[in-house]
Amino acid sequence: MNLTTAADRDGLRARYPDIFNRPASARLATPAMLLIAVGILVFGLVDLEFSPTRLAAGLHQLGWITLMMLPPDPGASLPLYLKALGETLSIALLGTTLAAVTALPVSLLAARNIVRSNVLRFPVRRFLDSIRGIDTLIWALVWINVVGLGPFAGVLAIAVSDFGAFGKLFSEAIEAADQKQVEGIRASGGSALHEIRFGLMPQVLPVIAGQVLYFIESNTRSATIIGIVGAGGIGLQLAEQIRVLEWQKVSFLILMILIAVAAIDWISGRLRFAIIGRRAIA
Amino acid sequence: MATAVSVLPGQQLAVLNDAYRKAVARKRLRFALGAALFVVALLIAAIGAEVNLRTLFTYFGNFVSYFDRIFTLEDGARVWTNFGEWFWGWQKWLKMLGETILISYVGTLIGAVFAFALNFFAAENTSPAPWLRFTVRRLLEFARTVPGIVFALIFVIAFGLGPMAGVLAIAIHSTGALGKQFAEIVENADMKPVEGVCATGASWLSCMRFAVLPQVVAGYASYALLRFEINVREASVMGFVGAGGIGQELVVAVRKFYYSDVSAILVMIVFTVFCIDIGTGWLRGRLFGKEART
Repeated sequence: MNLTTAADRDGLRARYPDIFNRPASARLATPAMLLIAVGILVFGLVDLEFSPTRLAAGLHQLGWITLMMLPPDPGASLPLYLKALGETLSIALLGTTLAAVTALPVSLLAARNIVRSNVLRFPVRRFLDSIRGIDTLIWALVWINVVGLGPFAGVLAIAVSDFGAFGKLFSEAIEAADQKQVEGIRASGGSALHEIRFGLMPQVLPVIAGQVLYFIESNTRSATIIGIVGAGGIGLQLAEQIRVLEWQKVSFLILMILIAVAAIDWISGRLRFAIIGRRAIA
Repeated sequence: MATAVSVLPGQQLAVLNDAYRKAVARKRLRFALGAALFVVALLIAAIGAEVNLRTLFTYFGNFVSYFDRIFTLEDGARVWTNFGEWFWGWQKWLKMLGETILISYVGTLIGAVFAFALNFFAAENTSPAPWLRFTVRRLLEFARTVPGIVFALIFVIAFGLGPMAGVLAIAIHSTGALGKQFAEIVENADMKPVEGVCATGASWLSCMRFAVLPQVVAGYASYALLRFEINVREASVMGFVGAGGIGQELVVAVRKFYYSDVSAILVMIVFTVFCIDIGTGWLRGRLFGKEART
């Protein structure tokens, strides 16, 4: 049974004008956007000196490097690497904790339901935004200038860059909290501080705890790389071994990082679910 | 009418109060145990990371004065009194900044294309075979977990110094991250259209094209834009290992103590990141707005 006779088609046309007669601007929008995207891509490839010969030569080289990485082998420096891994985990834990502790009071200042005045809140928010705009590695470079090479600079770098992120996330969590509890405390005669302590904190703390755990997890990743600029941890070993082309050690170190990250993922995932239940957190 | 609050008889109340106190005490004990464990972990970590509070106290002044110094010109004046002197290298820096954004753009786009090609194999509901799904998932996981800058370090050796290494490093990392997010969108897609298309005898490819893709494409665009934003930040440090972009200039300025240059470049980076944040936010609003209307 063929329904699409000419009459039917006309009927369909009449009934769904926005499907059959889309304006030209709507029909052209997608191809035009694609064209612009591809145009910028081509410009980028030319400007960034991509060439098929370079790509081929590089891939050839990369193939050799991969072959030389097998099998992963730490040589005699396994204890050194384990110590570096411990250092990395310490950096992540300490940095995140320090950031969370310092960000909590500041996040109160950035939350709409605590500080009503736009004028007061705006500079705090912009301040947090600018801290977040600067990558952890850049902070590591700055702190190395201040406290010298070593893991301590890494802790401070992670603390500062997370401070920006936490300030924003915490203030969002506080803004999302239910105001009824706060009003209840106020109605029973509580002061502003009581409102925060007994009205807000019980709602907000589980969310915050979940976020902090998640950041410890993601900071394990960040902490593996800040060693590249000299701020301690396993990244230092990794960068050194790459520079001296000890590929077997490099692959072993990468393997160690992967396992450590997976382990921390697993632990913090379990802890997170224990604290806040099976609820997704962004 | 006054309502009387009914009070339970003493005996019953005592039992309830007792149970309440016990429950609270148990909760407090659990909390205290958790806190104690956490503090112990912190102490161990502090020893591991060679934390030295004396160093911090001695040098904290340095941190503050570092910011004082980077906002001071060579002649001792504040930087904002003389913009021409502060941003003396703005042409060079702007060019490098443009390169950074371009690295991020090209890297994100290549990563998105690969992620797009792989994500249908990784999603649980559309993957043609379990072994394929397993392989693709592990591959994406690997690409995502190894930090981008580690790839950059290796690529700089393989492909030579320059932005190409940075682009490829970002592309690989984006493939891993976007592949997972894309696959999650596909897993949340409605399967009824797929059944409908497959029931007409369409191939797997047609099923994906006509049943899945229309549902997920807006989500893809949104995640890709978000990734672009993240990658601009990432690309700003690629220069640290010689993989192109503004990082090269920054690391030179920091290491050689060109104080006012450091602040000028940082201000430019932060400003660019702001603009990209706002721009992609606006674009995502537009894209999703359009989706909502149709």
